[in-house]
This record gives sequence, structure tokens and C-alpha cells, in this order.
Amino acid sequence: MELIAFYILAAIVTVSAVAVIAAKNPVHSVLWLITAFFTSAGLLVLIGAEFLAMLLVVVYVGAVAVLFLFVVMMLDVDFVELKQGTLGYWPFAALVGVAFAAEIALVTFARSAAGDEINAKPGAATNAEAIGQVMYTEYLLLFQMSGIILLVAMIGAIVLTLRHKPHVKRQNIAKQTARTRKDAIRRIDVESGKGL
Amino acid sequence: MLDFQAMISAIGPELLLALAGLAGVLAGAYMGDRFNGLSFKLGAATLLLAALVVIMNWEGGEAFGGLVTTTPFVNFAKCISFVAGAVTLLMAEGFLKRHETIRYEYPLLVIFASLGMGIILSASNLMTLYMGIETLSLSSYVLASFHRDSIRSSEAGLKYFVLGALASGILLYGISLVYGFTGSTDYGDIASSERTIGLVFGMVLMISGMAFKVSAAPMHVWTPDVYEGAPSPVVAFFATAPKMASMVVFANLLFTAFSGVFEDWQMIIAIIATLSMLIGAFGALIQSNLKRLLGYSSIANMGYALVAVAAGAEYGAAALLVFMTSYVIASIGLFGGVLSMRREGGMVESIDELAGLVRRRTGLALALTILVISVSGFPLAVGFIGKIVVFQAGWNAGLLPLLIVLVLSSVLAFGYYLRIILVMWVKEPVERFQPVGSTVALSVYAAAAACLVLFVFASPFLEWATQASAGFIQ
Repeated sequence: MELIAFYILAAIVTVSAVAVIAAKNPVHSVLWLITAFFTSAGLLVLIGAEFLAMLLVVVYVGAVAVLFLFVVMMLDVDFVELKQGTLGYWPFAALVGVAFAAEIALVTFARSAAGDEINAKPGAATNAEAIGQVMYTEYLLLFQMSGIILLVAMIGAIVLTLRHKPHVKRQNIAKQTARTRKDAIRRIDVESGKGL
Repeated sequence: MLDFQAMISAIGPELLLALAGLAGVLAGAYMGDRFNGLSFKLGAATLLLAALVVIMNWEGGEAFGGLVTTTPFVNFAKCISFVAGAVTLLMAEGFLKRHETIRYEYPLLVIFASLGMGIILSASNLMTLYMGIETLSLSSYVLASFHRDSIRSSEAGLKYFVLGALASGILLYGISLVYGFTGSTDYGDIASSERTIGLVFGMVLMISGMAFKVSAAPMHVWTPDVYEGAPSPVVAFFATAPKMASMVVFANLLFTAFSGVFEDWQMIIAIIATLSMLIGAFGALIQSNLKRLLGYSSIANMGYALVAVAAGAEYGAAALLVFMTSYVIASIGLFGGVLSMRREGGMVESIDELAGLVRRRTGLALALTILVISVSGFPLAVGFIGKIVVFQAGWNAGLLPLLIVLVLSSVLAFGYYLRIILVMWVKEPVERFQPVGSTVALSVYAAAAACLVLFVFASPFLEWATQASAGFIQ
């Protein structure tokens, strides 16, 4: 049963991965990518890594793929023009493809030669528990460093893009509610025959 | 359970920097622009304090279950890097104020970059190494494009970012291969695992990634462009603290994690060193922009440092520390010189602008002459000592062809260094420079004085470096 599920899911992943690069319309490519992510999550569930599967769905489908869709839809690129002349690159592409395939085979071979079984939940009942046991203890330093990296990225984005424009009107609710009749209304005696 | 004693003795300075950085973010958020001036002084003080904490925990230790291990060898580099970071930070304040881009994020980014340097130096696990490198690189990319309204600064940042991301990818791929073939990311476990073709393959990729970070040929192409485009104080920072840290990390990685495959990497490092020395020397000959010239000079100097790495841990470790320290001192002074090249209407960067400096600003010209002599490795200044110990390391390791290239490249390099000196001393003087901030002038004079003092009293300095790298000698 598990084996059948694996082959079905694996086939779908492969087909949708090919479709990502084969699709003419970039929006379709992203949709195929989402299918690939979803099905890979299914594969992770099969080896017992439910937590990783959920993370994949939440992070990649929920955030990354949607971001891709935004970018693709906002880009104003003539994709037909872009595609012209891509065939000229095929020897290089083939070289890269063969190199990647060889490397994957190399790693897979080394893995099976070592004779290790993949265990998604070493020494724990579930995958989430296994990750939780080491995440904040053994790998605390790495976890905190990731936080610092994200903070640096945030500071960087602010430094490079935030501009305080003096003429932009912003709503300040505290200021609005603190306004009294005194601040807002002035009584002026207007002499007759003259304006303000 | 967390062992605080071990944590502080291993990565106390990094904890301090992280806390100071976070406090700085909060202070900036509450105080806004009022924090701008203060933040530079506080940032420099924090970095100096971190250097002091390094000295207090000189012997180092292990923490976080072996994710970090510090030794006197890396502590030496940490100390120099933090002090260099502090000095370049103080030098930056006046420049940024004049360009009206003074913002408290600058010292924060320098502090986070220094945190990254501390982490990579402490790392004894490939995961820690990668985390630290990313922290350092991300901060550096932003610093390079800190003058966001200047096209050249943005260009420098973008180039650095795109190429740096590629180098990070290559490094990460190497790490994954090494992990795949040894089954561990721990330096010690990698060193004791047997040599497989996959391990060597991964190591080559990691060397490529690290070569980018230290701007060694053939991964050097970003250096002249970034040096020319980025704001001068940022380049002063790039050329000193991260160079020292990355180079020592590079050496530490090869000396510890890959000590089992020494023969495999020695040849690769020797080739990288040869290429860097030649490209640095020839490239600098045709430059007219001082910052670009210093960029090529740094490529050549990284080549010299890699000669010490190629000599192996036993001969090369102490020589590397001595050479890099002398290079950092001279670089601080030379970039101080670049920062003081200011006329009506802004900064000037061409070498010809230094013409007749000796008759206009005698003190500055004298100091710059000493610094140029030091960085060219001519006697009278500490750069000479640095080159001699590197030469000696190469000699002891029997790297004769590499030494021939080293001498040839030094002679060539002396050609363009001599040009700077001649322009300052012989050419007809041009208009006077505007006076610079006292910190910049002080740094130039202090660096020049340090070059002379360390040349005269070289033996305690050499002793210190030898003692720091004693752990590598069996």
C-alpha cells in the first residue's frame, strides 16, 4: 500500500516538476510548482516526517509560491521574446543536467553504501518531537543565529529602502483623540466690510 | 543544561556583541535620529570591550555541545578584527556626517558583521560556520550600498550581493557534499574520517567559496569594483576586519577539519596563492584610482597570506597571524589616507591628487610613506617582518616555486607602491586638502607609528603569535 502511494506521488512530483519548466505561461509554471510542493509534502508524510511536511506546505505553498505568483504577475516581460534563442544553449544545459544527475547518483550511492536506513524520528514518538528535542537544546546557538540573520536582513531592507518623506500625511490616532475643542476652534471677530 | 561558564569562555565576546546589537536596535527605535552620533562611539566601545573579553578568555574552550570551540589561534584573529572594526567605525563617523548619511544603522551593521566574524572564528562545526558567514556577508552587502542615493555605491552593493550569494551557494554545496560523505559536520569528525573522492570534491567547492570571501584569485573579480564603488569608510572596514577573520577562518578550517587531506588542498591553495599574487601585482600596475589600487593590493596580499596557509599548520599558522596583523595595521592607515583626500566639492580618489603632498601636509605625507613602505614589505616597517615570516614558512615547507613567485610579485608590487611615494614627494604640489577629522588623522599617525614600533620591537609580537598558534605544533 505504502509502496503504491509512493510511486503515485513520486510520479506526480516528477511530472509536475517537468511541467514547471515546460509550461508556456509562467503563471501555470508557478501553479505546477505548487503541485510539486504539495506532493513532496505527501512523500514526507510517507517516511514519517509529518512536521516537515506541514512546514513545507505552510512555508513553501503558503508563502514562497504565493510570492512567486505575485512577482510573475507583476513582471511585464514578453516571454515569447525571452524564449527565442534558448535552444542555442542546449549543449551547456545538457552539461549542467548531466553533472547534476551524476552528483545525485553519487550522493545516493554513497548513502546506500553506508547502509543507513532513513529515520525521520530518531529516539522519539513523532517527527515533531524529535525535532523539538534538539532544536532548542543541542542547536540553540544555530537557532539564535538564524534569528540574528533575519534581523540583519530586516535592518538591511530598512536601511536601503525606507525614506522619511516630510510631506506625507500620516494618521496619528493618539493625537486625534487628544484633540480638544480648544485646539481646534478659534473665535475671531471679523470686522464688517473686511475679510479674514 | 546550559553551562554558562563554558559559554562565556568560548563565545563570551559574541554574546556581548549580540546583546549590544539588539540593545542598539531598541535604542535606535526609541531615540531615532538623536542616537546617530552616540551610536558610533558606543559601537566602537562595544567592539573594544569585546576584544578585551577575548583577551580575558584567551585559552578559550568548547560550548554548545561542540558547535563552537575557541583556541588562542582564533582568539588572536578575533582580537585584531574587533579592534580594527572599532577603529574603522570611528573613522567612518566624520565621513558619513559630511555626506549627510550618518545613521545609527551603520554601527549596528558593523556590530552584527563583527558578530558574524566572531562566530566563524569560533566555529568548529560546518553549520556554525555557515551561519556566521551569512551574518557577516548580509551585513557587508548592506554596508557596501549604504550610500543608497549614489549609483556607484548601489552598484557595488548589488555586484557584491549577487556574486556573494553565488559563492555562498557554492560553499553550501561543498558543505553538503562533505556532510554526505563523512556523515558529520563536526570539524573533528571530518578530520578523522577516511579520504573519499566525495570529501575532496566537497572540500574543493568549500575552498572556492572561502576564496571568494577572502577575495583570492580566481574569485577576486568583485574586489576592485566593490572597493571603488562602496563608501570609503566601508571599504576601510572590508579591507581590514573581515579580511583578517575570513583568512584565519579559512586557515583554521583547512588546518583542523581537512588536516587529513593536507596533500589534496596544499596544491590547490598554492595555485590560488600564485594566481592572486600575480593578478594582484599586474592588476595594480595600471590603476589610477587609489581605492582600486588598494583593492588589487589586497588581492596580492591575500596571495602572500595563502603562501603561509599552503605551508601547513605547523609552519604557517604563526606566520599567517603575523602577516595578516601587519597588513591590517597598514590598511587602516592607508584608508585613513584615502579618507583625508578631500577638497572643495568632495572626495578625490585619484593617485595624482596626492601630488606634492609632502610640501602641503608634511606629517600626513610622512605617515603615508611609512604605511606604503610597510604594505610593500620593504625593511623599516612591520610589513617586512610579515613577509619574512611568510617566506620562512614557505621555505620550511619546501615550497620553492611559490617563493619565487612571491619575490617576483613583491618586486613588481614595489613598482606601483613606489609610484605613490614618488607622486607624494617629487611631483609639483596641487591644491591643499581640506583638514580631516581628528580621529582619521589620529588613526593614520597611530597606524604609521605602530608599523615602526612593531618593526623595532618585533620579537614580543612574534612571540605572541607563536604562542597563539602553539596548538598546531605537535
